[in-house]
Amino acid sequence: MGIVIFDGVAYGMLLFLIAVGLSITMGLMNFVNLAHGSFAMVGGYAASLLMSRFGVGFFPALAAAFVAAALIGAVLEFLFYRRLYKAHPLDQVLLSIGIVFVSIATFTYFFGPTMQPFQLPPLLDGRVSLAGLEVGRYRLFLIVCGVLVFAGLLLGLGKTRYGAMVRAAVDNQRVARGTGIHVQRLFFLTFSLGCGLAGLGGALSLGMLGLEPSFPLKYLVYFLIVVCVGGAGTITGPFIAALLVGVVDMAGKYYWPEAGAFLIYVVMIVMLLLRPNGIIPRKGIA
Amino acid sequence: MKTLTLTPARLRGAEIVFWTALASCFFLLPDKLTLMSQILIFGLFAVSLDMALGYAGILTVGHAAFFGAGAYAAGLLAKYGWSEPFSGLLFALLVCMALGYALSYLVVRGADLTRLMITIGVCVLLAELANRLAGITGGTDGLQGVVIAPVLGFFDFDLYGKTAFVYSFVMVLLVFLGVRLVLRSPFGLTLRGIHDSRKRMLAIGSPVASRLRMAYALSAAVAGVAGALLAQTTQFVGIESIGFNRSAEVLIILVLGGTGRLYGGMIGAIVYMLVHDGFADLNPQYWMFWLGIFLIAAVMLGRGGIMGALSRFTGTRRNA
Repeated sequence: MGIVIFDGVAYGMLLFLIAVGLSITMGLMNFVNLAHGSFAMVGGYAASLLMSRFGVGFFPALAAAFVAAALIGAVLEFLFYRRLYKAHPLDQVLLSIGIVFVSIATFTYFFGPTMQPFQLPPLLDGRVSLAGLEVGRYRLFLIVCGVLVFAGLLLGLGKTRYGAMVRAAVDNQRVARGTGIHVQRLFFLTFSLGCGLAGLGGALSLGMLGLEPSFPLKYLVYFLIVVCVGGAGTITGPFIAALLVGVVDMAGKYYWPEAGAFLIYVVMIVMLLLRPNGIIPRKGIA
Repeated sequence: MKTLTLTPARLRGAEIVFWTALASCFFLLPDKLTLMSQILIFGLFAVSLDMALGYAGILTVGHAAFFGAGAYAAGLLAKYGWSEPFSGLLFALLVCMALGYALSYLVVRGADLTRLMITIGVCVLLAELANRLAGITGGTDGLQGVVIAPVLGFFDFDLYGKTAFVYSFVMVLLVFLGVRLVLRSPFGLTLRGIHDSRKRMLAIGSPVASRLRMAYALSAAVAGVAGALLAQTTQFVGIESIGFNRSAEVLIILVLGGTGRLYGGMIGAIVYMLVHDGFADLNPQYWMFWLGIFLIAAVMLGRGGIMGALSRFTGTRRNA
């Protein structure tokens, strides 16, 4: 029981890392971005390549994954996303599906359709005893990472000037612009940050979910569930939702394998019926 | 460029020419009849998506749920004894309409993102269901052993797809005419009004939510008929009939043809399936790559698809 919850929490942290950027971009820019998994994949492949071909260590590779995904995100924001903030959601969906398709095809072409090999660093391999539970070190590391990022984002959004500007723009973009906030640049920076976090999550998922070119489509629904159930535009909402999704999914697969994937969709539909705007709705639409 | 103005009479002429041209494939392309039936079926599927997406403005990326449900309904009915084709279609239609109406309560409420999530979620859920209930649906092997009785007790489904083509053509045409009638009725105009301005429709007293629910159920029913036609003409239901990829594919077909236009789905299906057939030996990865590029280009260069481009220099507006 304990170990299932623990693994579920670790899985949830991973989902949170990847999905939190999506939550911010959806809340801030009202952009329905289905391509978020592609940025996670970019980060994952960057880390995997650096480790397997250039012998870079695990932790520098994680940093590189963040940078690579953030850079790709910045370029795509500048080229495509920027032009569609005011467009119909259908256009946004089409653009992001297009990006998903191109990324899947490109990565299959260059790296083949198989799963990327991954060797856990010795420091994170094996198990450790924690409060009477034998838990995997890597999963513990995931939880620590998730909590650190969560705390960092909460602090960053709550205490810094940049965070205040982001909150202002999420609450009311027009007024934020009126007070002299450069909203366009804010979008650009926040989008890149969100993509970078997705890249970090993608690199961390190497040791848990595995990484293959179909990654963006395979886990797309999970990211969207986290954002949707949690409430787009917040940090705490996706955090709670990711933990919920992680634990429910893990428990479902463990105790009731025939139903496995159903449980999570049923939970999503029930949650959306109970709280159509998410667990923690952002201000203004509640 | 000089714009060519189409009067309503000429427009009707163009419609007749369009359907006659499709029908003449029976004589002109006798070895491509299977492909032509598939084009017709996917065209109808795209038209059903257009009812929900282009006319009513319900953002859905899970329409294959109904296509697949219709296919499985018709396939299972035929497999377990009742093999008469017309009643099979009717059965699929009723099943999908009921399913669509039940789901519409989930879909119509909430913002675009919530709708998107619910439609994707339901679609993946049904795909998972079809996969898990392998004892009934055949799972990943697909539903086999579907036997369809001869149409009208006389025309057997032959190897060359002749009966399949005529049967699909007549059924698609009938359903299409039904859709055309619905979309040109006051109900269709209401939908267009809701699409353009929900607030104003509410202000003039239009029951927006119930109209949207009805549109969604009708659209689901038409998608179900398309799925059932595919199941009956191929006498097989593959697991790929249902699921996210099929939903994305039909969305691409519709966008290619043009959303919010009656013939957008049909034209899109013709072009998409012919191109797909032409590049059949292309590696699927390349195909996916070019589809992605096409989608990005379609969004960046302006929407409207083929019908949009056509209407730009024929001077007709949205009703062609």
